[in-house]
Amino acid sequence: MEIDELYQTIILDHSKRPRNFGELPAPARKGEGYNPSCGDEIAVFVGESSSGTIEQIKFTGQACAICMASTSLMTIQVKGKSIAEALALKRTFIDFLMQEAAPATGLGNLQALGGVKKFPQRLKCATLGWHALEGAFKGRM
Amino acid sequence: MATDLLACTHRGDFPVLDQKVNGSPLVYLDNAASTQHPACVIDEIARYYREDHANVHRGIHALSSRATKLYEDARACAARFLGADSNDSIIFTRGTTEGINLVASSWGTEHLGPGDIILITEMEHHANLIPWQMAARRTGATLQYLPVHGDEGIIDWSLLDRRFKGSPVRLLAFTHVSNSLGCINPVSQICAEARRNGVITLVDAAQSAGHAPVNVQELGCDFLVFSGHKCCGPTGIGVLYGNPELLADLAPYQFGGEMISSVTYESAQWKSGPHRFEAGTPHIAGAVGLATALDYLDKIGRPAIQTSDHHLGRLAYERLSTLPGMRILGPKTERAGIVSFQLGTIHAHDLVAYADQFGIAMRGGHHCNQPLMRKLGLHATARASFYFYNTESEIDRLVDVLHRASRYFGV
Repeated sequence: MEIDELYQTIILDHSKRPRNFGELPAPARKGEGYNPSCGDEIAVFVGESSSGTIEQIKFTGQACAICMASTSLMTIQVKGKSIAEALALKRTFIDFLMQEAAPATGLGNLQALGGVKKFPQRLKCATLGWHALEGAFKGRM
Repeated sequence: MATDLLACTHRGDFPVLDQKVNGSPLVYLDNAASTQHPACVIDEIARYYREDHANVHRGIHALSSRATKLYEDARACAARFLGADSNDSIIFTRGTTEGINLVASSWGTEHLGPGDIILITEMEHHANLIPWQMAARRTGATLQYLPVHGDEGIIDWSLLDRRFKGSPVRLLAFTHVSNSLGCINPVSQICAEARRNGVITLVDAAQSAGHAPVNVQELGCDFLVFSGHKCCGPTGIGVLYGNPELLADLAPYQFGGEMISSVTYESAQWKSGPHRFEAGTPHIAGAVGLATALDYLDKIGRPAIQTSDHHLGRLAYERLSTLPGMRILGPKTERAGIVSFQLGTIHAHDLVAYADQFGIAMRGGHHCNQPLMRKLGLHATARASFYFYNTESEIDRLVDVLHRASRYFGV
């Protein structure tokens, strides 16, 4: 069934047991994402190393399986990256979801969210955590 | 199977229901968001455009006079539908939201000031909440809420009298049927209490007008609003009923053509009656389609529709209650055909997306009730809402799919 493409095993797993779930104390940066159509909210906390890479990352929130899994997988994928690299990955990920033949370079397990292509109304769910991540960098770039 | 009586005889009137979605027969349970259209409404709108369309109230020619007659006949039809004394108490709007904004803007600006209280309930749709927030901000009045208690959504209406006597409440705006809780508020009792205390009332009948007898004389309200598309009519058209005495000295809401009696470069004078509130070319085809829908509903009979609604609502409540981890909002009995619920830890969006794969259309979200959801500790719920064309077997299909969803998402 088409729905199984959306809810792949790895997505159901990450939605039920989100990785890096929790808060980071200040001076970690915090970014928030909010989806007014469903009330979903995600907060992403980022701790930077002295060289400006993402040393620690955690998130909290209340959201659907797609949003929770996407954010959980994102935290794994961006850890250790520079801010510029993380933001480039965000663009790759969004292009991957929106364009038919976009490359999936560097997305790793995030490719499991490819099913969203067939459910465009869930695009906001898949990208909410990423917008929160970008929000955490506001004023930093 | 007594409750399927209406579906047996009238489901066939709705062409859109006869289709498969994702390989399964469509089960349309999103009626609180928008109902579907019987063929007679679709046909009449097409007929109007094919045969009679012109602008209203300004042409001398044949088409214009036909269109004007249809438009004004629609007003008379809406007046009959609501049991209003006079056609002049019926204002066509874009829908419930615009009707409330009109009252909040026109009546609010003239009659509210610092120290006055606008009273609404905690279960109001955003459309009956934000216009009052803005009116309060504009006029210096204070917005207060009647609290809602528990998942059942109980409001202690017996406190109303004390509320009225203890503070300068000028207006009470409240919903007839809650779009998320499915509870039915005792409108006539509330309006009588308000009238005894000189408080103006506005009833949001968006979820009731097409589902039950709604008679403004019996309810005793000052203003009442509803939308066409929630009672088999088109989108973009709705009705505001106003007590004629209040409408008589109410200032217009928007300005332009259609609503003036004379204009100079310096000033303008307004028409009397409802046209004063209908600036610009109105949604003529919408009004024509709405009138056809209202006549259609009254031919079936709103008491019969109400019986069907309540039965489907109660049945859905009972059968959904058997699912493990089920939390249902609203009262157990005395409920409309609107059932909002949370199933275990499954997010409403996931549940609704899953159900859609089996052809079931539901709504998932906060249902424009964000403050209430927050108060109940919920972010979003799924909502199944029924109309007379729904059947008991559709409830069974919903329950079956929810069982599957529980297994799928591993509740």
